[in-house]
Amino acid sequence: MEDFEPRIIAFLCHWCTYTGADLAGTTRQQYPPNIRIIHMMCSGAVDSIYILKALIDGADGVLIGGCHPGDCHYQTGNYKARRRIAILKEILNQVGFSEDRIWLRWISASEGKLFADTVTHMVEELKKLGPNPMKKLWLA
Amino acid sequence: MGKGAVLEVKNNDPFETLRVFFQDLLEKNVVDALLIPKKLPAGDGYCQTLIRDSEVLSGVNPMAPTLPVQSARLISHLTVTDPGCKVGAVVKSCELRAVIELVKFLQVKLDPLILIGVDCLGTYEPSDYAKMSREGGEGISITGELLKGAQDGKIKPQDGYDLRRACQICEYPSPENADIIIGLFGYDPQKEILIQLRGPLADELAQKGILATTEQGSSSRNQVIERLTEERIKKRDEVFEAFRSETKNLQDLMNALSTCIRCHNCMVACPICYCKECVFRTPTLEHKADQFIRWADRKGGVRMPIDTLLFHLIRLSHMVTSCIGCGLCDSACPNDLPVATLFRAVGQKVQAMLDYTPGKSVDEEPPVATFREDELQGESGAL
Repeated sequence: MEDFEPRIIAFLCHWCTYTGADLAGTTRQQYPPNIRIIHMMCSGAVDSIYILKALIDGADGVLIGGCHPGDCHYQTGNYKARRRIAILKEILNQVGFSEDRIWLRWISASEGKLFADTVTHMVEELKKLGPNPMKKLWLA
Repeated sequence: MGKGAVLEVKNNDPFETLRVFFQDLLEKNVVDALLIPKKLPAGDGYCQTLIRDSEVLSGVNPMAPTLPVQSARLISHLTVTDPGCKVGAVVKSCELRAVIELVKFLQVKLDPLILIGVDCLGTYEPSDYAKMSREGGEGISITGELLKGAQDGKIKPQDGYDLRRACQICEYPSPENADIIIGLFGYDPQKEILIQLRGPLADELAQKGILATTEQGSSSRNQVIERLTEERIKKRDEVFEAFRSETKNLQDLMNALSTCIRCHNCMVACPICYCKECVFRTPTLEHKADQFIRWADRKGGVRMPIDTLLFHLIRLSHMVTSCIGCGLCDSACPNDLPVATLFRAVGQKVQAMLDYTPGKSVDEEPPVATFREDELQGESGAL
């Protein structure tokens, strides 16, 4: 498992986390290149279907990034995202799929370092978790 | 308890007694139209029928133990735009609870609606019911057999048949939130039927000379309902436990769903799945040929049609919070998948997490349409 490199799909909100990721780049923060970022307008626009499709197709982890509670550009999108993800995680718990592959993080536009640290940490944790078992499940 | 009256059943014929009651409701304009199960001209099936003319009431059976279509959907069609008159709808408990959920999703309007709930004896699978009636039971005699269990709550399905799986584990035999409740439990329906009324209806029916309403309360009725509910909860928990031990991991779940043909029947039958345009019927999930090849390449092979697990998990994530457990998805499934058990077992946990009981009250906001500022930190894993 030494050479396992997890693949992370990230859905980042335009106003905070995506801009935070941009700041991580412009300030030359180093983080592992295991992440594929998908630019969303709001974490509240991330339907469960995006997360599940990524996981079923074999992504090892999904990161959803939004504004801190109270800071949503659209007022309440991140609160809705939080509910949706809590529901999804409970469903996955019930059917025996590790919810640890789904990370919800509040990272603001000024927190470039936090973004880099989050990705670094997530890659470490996913390495411990090993590859997503769905990767080889032809029936899914 | 509330106001109501005990109808005296004439000639041991509860069907006729109730028909006369509905005739009164229509003719004395308590309702202007009535949605009620009525016998089909061919065979012994029942279907919900919208009746304006009280002459058409012959052959109605509010207690019909068959549920081919969830009335909540029909009630949505009848109220989401203004019907221009009062519509009465005769429903079972699960249909009533689905109506309550649809009110919260703005798919049903309560203003023009009078909900007439009937104590539910349980329902047979539509295919079983058709077979039973072919074997000679007239619709009324099949209902009559079940009615014998109303008084003590010991409902015995006909020999060789069982009630639908969802009915066997239904904890809501009586439609508690209805405007008018037709009470069977705790009474001998050959002799008496309880009519319970809510709000101003009690006065209206008394004024129009339909019923002399008084305070009603029967401890034996409550006991029967309580005992039946307890039995069902016990059975429900057994079913959930068995299901959970059979689907401990994702592989098990996929095996359980492996005969799914993606017909979407469960979605069509579901009263809560109300979206006009479902993502599973949009080009979003139509893929180019080379995309399938790439997926097959990545996993070594993929089941076709793809996205079966995705379909069920997404349906769960969209509406499991509001699943009222009518089990029509089970009945609609051509391959007998345990869809309803999956929804109810998962739903129990998700609904508990959100402290939400679907179908309980129109005053509660559905979990997917609201939020609180300080909640679900741990459950969502948000940091």
